[in-house]
Amino acid sequence: MIRRCLAVLSTALGLTLAATAPGQSQTILTVATVNNADMVVMQRLSSRFEQQNANIRLRWVVLEENVLRQRVTTDIATRAGQFDILTIGNYEVPIWAKQGWLSALENLPADYDVNDLLAPVREAISDQGKLYALPFYAESAMTYYRTDLLQKAGITMPEKPTYAQLREMAEKVTDKGSQTYGLCLRGKPGWGENMAFVTPLVTAFGGQWFDKEWRPTINTPQWRDAVTWYSESLRQFGPPGATSNGFNENLALMAGGRCGFWIDSTVAAGLLYDAKQSQIAERVGFAPIPTGSYAGGPTWLWSWNLAIPASSKQQEAARSFITWATSKDYIKLVAQENGWVAVPPGTRQSTYDNPDYKKVAPFAGFVQQAIMSANPGGPTREPRPYTGAQFVAIPEFQGIGTQVGQTIASTLTGTSVENALRSAQSATERTMRQAGYPK
Amino acid sequence: MRQTLLQRLLVTLLGWGVALLLFFPILWMALTSLKTEVGAIATPPQIAFTPVLDSYAEVLARADYLHFAFNSIAISVGGTVLALALGIPAAYVMAFHPTPRTRGTLLWMLSTKMLPPVGVLVPIYLLFRALGLLDSRTGLAVIYGLMNLPIVVWMLFTFFKEVPGEILEAGRMDGARTGAEFWHLLLPLTLPGIASTGLLSLILCWNEAFWSLNLTTAAAAPLTTFIASFSSPQGLFFAKLSAASTMAVAPILVFGWFCQRQLVRGLTFGAVK
Repeated sequence: MIRRCLAVLSTALGLTLAATAPGQSQTILTVATVNNADMVVMQRLSSRFEQQNANIRLRWVVLEENVLRQRVTTDIATRAGQFDILTIGNYEVPIWAKQGWLSALENLPADYDVNDLLAPVREAISDQGKLYALPFYAESAMTYYRTDLLQKAGITMPEKPTYAQLREMAEKVTDKGSQTYGLCLRGKPGWGENMAFVTPLVTAFGGQWFDKEWRPTINTPQWRDAVTWYSESLRQFGPPGATSNGFNENLALMAGGRCGFWIDSTVAAGLLYDAKQSQIAERVGFAPIPTGSYAGGPTWLWSWNLAIPASSKQQEAARSFITWATSKDYIKLVAQENGWVAVPPGTRQSTYDNPDYKKVAPFAGFVQQAIMSANPGGPTREPRPYTGAQFVAIPEFQGIGTQVGQTIASTLTGTSVENALRSAQSATERTMRQAGYPK
Repeated sequence: MRQTLLQRLLVTLLGWGVALLLFFPILWMALTSLKTEVGAIATPPQIAFTPVLDSYAEVLARADYLHFAFNSIAISVGGTVLALALGIPAAYVMAFHPTPRTRGTLLWMLSTKMLPPVGVLVPIYLLFRALGLLDSRTGLAVIYGLMNLPIVVWMLFTFFKEVPGEILEAGRMDGARTGAEFWHLLLPLTLPGIASTGLLSLILCWNEAFWSLNLTTAAAAPLTTFIASFSSPQGLFFAKLSAASTMAVAPILVFGWFCQRQLVRGLTFGAVK
């Protein structure tokens, strides 16, 4: 019996040993990235880069967003230098740049055309005028709606909807008997989950996270109005179990024809418009993110960027890869291989000027407009000491955002808005005091 | 006590029911891996569907399965061998030459399992950086060996305790030294126990995901990292993730099936267990 066990084990070892060929001795770049669709395409097309640069080989570490964030942060904070290229968000870039963890990217080649990068995206990943990462794709937020449901209910979609209008319209298209829910929104707690929606919502209602002296301003009428709107609308017109819905779950609901309205990231546009992935490809409409009593404030800007840790020993080779993967030529390469509708969006003016892109992506104008007006550094109604659109650009925000996110999510399952905001306020005050604010 | 036919039938049914309940998630995973991505999230879930191998093809195209599988085998075997090499002598001493501190030492060893691993992540990461063990199979095998050591010592200790001390004593009377005593007396008597301890350690190593995700990047990454690379915050991934998971659990499942008699015998060895 034991002999049989050992036999199976040694056969397996032998088989895999035989199959694993030894690697070549070249410059090896370790690339850490998330497994979103655009990055999977990058991984596949990177063989072209290896063909052009015979002395460079790429090793991929592909992980889910939260696992990747933890993995990469451990490595960079201990300066272990396991990675040569990191995929990080515009939340991390300025914070990590200030710590001296990232290499500045100066004197980029002329044909890279830095000025072609959309200004808000470029500014979000710069610190004191220097770029610390190159944008791979970028997103803002917009409203998606079902043209057929609106037509049936006799509603015309306003060009610039307000949150009050949205709620009225959501009520009209809700038909829970046929599992049609008027409004789908993120309910899953997390700083990058429900708070990515709640933060711009609060801004539109005239609120903000902190006042000029870094005192939390969560227990205020503005937050109360915003969270009441969120909680009531989602409970009355939203799908059941909304607290477990993040981007993916809502995408599945919307694509499966279960939602009347959905406000979320602009990257969903390409997916909802693709008949292979969406049952409502012919019946989806687009509008800007709604506004409230305060218009023109920061809304939503996220980008996934490629950066080089200062601890990497292969700075030159890493730089040549990230300029390749974020170049105009790369976007053209994706267009050739997968069609223009599949190119990584949101980073370059030249993409939005391209007639082929505009032809296949009727939402392109909305997306560009949303990014250009995302205004992450702009003012809230009252002056604020921080920047960031759907997040607060301080290291403590991951913890604060997630904690407050959990309290906000609890209003969907019965906690009163008053109580939720009071406890969110005191928890945030405590965290900020421990972190040594005001700084 | 004679059982009636009805009783036997009920027990059989119950046994099958429990087995099916335990096996159902794995079965569902294997079924999901054969669906299309859209089929995988369909509500109500599809029971009858045309199986497709698309997900397997895509998973294999995106990652080098054999590389990860080899790492998993090498690291699990390495960790288990290390744990047994340290655990057998330790358990031997504790079982046959106990001191007043033995009991306390055993309990203290177990208490190390109560610390959440993330609490020591940064110190271990720094140590590994200094020793050049990051992203190496050796490093991970050492961690796994040490991680399983308390359980291995405890299991071996209980197995060794079953062996009557008189047998070893008789051996010593005949002039056997410690080595011979172990090799000719203890080992044959407790081989099923040692084997099942090794198997359990192997399975624990195979399934471990925290250290393997945090201490490896590419070169030494085992199958747990392979699975982790197919869950996505954006877009549909259930079928691909199921395919990757099925491929990751298949080797240990087949291995466990071959060794099941050994496993069961070891785990039920002795009267108290």
